[in-house]
Amino acid sequence: MATEARPVKLGRLEPPAMTGVLVREIVNFSSYWRSATFSATVEPTIYLLAFGFGFGSLVSTINGYDYVEFVGTGIVATAVLFSSAFPAMFGTFVKYQFQHTYDAILAAPVDTEELVTAEALWVATRAGVYGCVPMVVAIPFGLDPAWGMLTVPFIAWLSGLGWAFFGITIAGYAKTIENFSYIVSAVLTPLFLVAGTFFPLTGFPEWVQVLAAFNPLHQTVELVRGAVLTGFEWNDLARVGLLVVFALIMWRLAIHAMERKLID
Amino acid sequence: MTEDLAIRLREVVKRYGEITAVNHLDLDVPTGTCVGLLGPNGAGKSTTMRMLTAQAIADEGELEVLGFSLPRDSKQARAECGVVPQLDNLDVTLTVEQNLLVFSHLYRIGRHERHEAIERSLVLANLVDRRDTRVDKLSGGMRRRLLIARALVHRPRLVLMDEPTVGLDPQVRQQLWALIDQLRSEGTTILMSTHYIEEAQRLADTVLIMSHGEGVARGKPSELVMEHAGREVLEVYGPPTRLAEVESEAGTAGLKTRRTGTSVSILGLDGRNGFGGFEGVRRAANLEDVFVLLTGEEIS
Repeated sequence: MATEARPVKLGRLEPPAMTGVLVREIVNFSSYWRSATFSATVEPTIYLLAFGFGFGSLVSTINGYDYVEFVGTGIVATAVLFSSAFPAMFGTFVKYQFQHTYDAILAAPVDTEELVTAEALWVATRAGVYGCVPMVVAIPFGLDPAWGMLTVPFIAWLSGLGWAFFGITIAGYAKTIENFSYIVSAVLTPLFLVAGTFFPLTGFPEWVQVLAAFNPLHQTVELVRGAVLTGFEWNDLARVGLLVVFALIMWRLAIHAMERKLID
Repeated sequence: MTEDLAIRLREVVKRYGEITAVNHLDLDVPTGTCVGLLGPNGAGKSTTMRMLTAQAIADEGELEVLGFSLPRDSKQARAECGVVPQLDNLDVTLTVEQNLLVFSHLYRIGRHERHEAIERSLVLANLVDRRDTRVDKLSGGMRRRLLIARALVHRPRLVLMDEPTVGLDPQVRQQLWALIDQLRSEGTTILMSTHYIEEAQRLADTVLIMSHGEGVARGKPSELVMEHAGREVLEVYGPPTRLAEVESEAGTAGLKTRRTGTSVSILGLDGRNGFGGFEGVRRAANLEDVFVLLTGEEIS
């Protein structure tokens, strides 16, 4: 109990603190991975099949690609959105409001910044894996395997990280879980539709196309399509840059929102 | 300098908008003792507990936990504290052992000590047979024991318990008291908030009685009883009009009274052979008399 044996001052974003939060998620995942995997793979696959057969019978090629190539790459962004923004929104809210999990974690030597960061890293990692599923499903339907596909998990991870922080931010500011409907209807659905997943944006007015350049989902679609179908181009760096900026802004917003919520 | 105090609060104030939840509170928890924070609902006990883990930030005053100044060095303090929350926040789809495993990571127990730490907690909470049971299959008492085991997995120097036995039936409560008493006898410092008077009387070396965010009395339970309620009490039963009579007569005689639902207790009867001819039951004064006297009979 003497004063000389004080441990070194604990800093910010410590790996042991984030590991603790990640271990909790991984152990929990072992109890619900079946349902999570089911919804993360079946949903985009249904989109793929529905659009592939429905639209694909009307249009054979878009911008010079077979429709299955066009949609089989674009739909990665949809899978990323479904496996990052949505679980982050609902998961965060439930853990905060109903399970009081975050009260328990913050009583341990873990700060809000570490908690939020670790939670998003976990969601992003899942999105990195699940995001690739529809692309893999599209292969037997005519999407040719390409070396560029190996970069898709990383694109999906980066995009998923931003969307995870986005979801946590929304959960942090939302007063009730019903508030999520506003975000889903007014933000996520429009962004999802002007991402260029199922049809090219060239049919939209010019201003929509300009705005779409700032849509992280659209940039995810373009990056994946480029990686799989055409190979690396220099403007891909700008797209990656946009996803990095999106993730960074959402990171700080998520921490701010959750600190407000968790610390009185 | 304050190494002999595990917790030291000075003039701590916490406001929520218009409401002052904690009002210029001083609190000392000497190392190796069990201190009870006693008060009715809304007295500021839980807010005080949350400030000790920096989950609430004080507006004014000084807070030190295990010699660390809060909120600045709260993380260091939290590393050496165990917290038993009022609300059950176990992961219900995980097993008993998995819950402990997660917290062994959150409290940064090294890989080589982890197994032993989990085993020790299981033994302590008497949950060895239940290690593979999912939490949602446990009884209320077992869940509480697991919450306590979880708080002890890293051998904390200080344990904070917020209403550790709230909502449990008497048998289970007594089991938990035995567990807390064992910790206390092993030298763990404990701060426990409660509104069960018996709990404080049995477990706490000293108590701080809180009312409306303020500390209104502190000391050993027996000394508080002597000081505020005397040795003996006369409990008089009767219809409300009669009780009012008793109160006013006792008041004129300079004696304190308190209502006990259907009766009036005349405090500090020591040495007297009855009072004013009122018929009643003589009994030893207890902490509940002090509690009601100091925190008021009306709970708003």
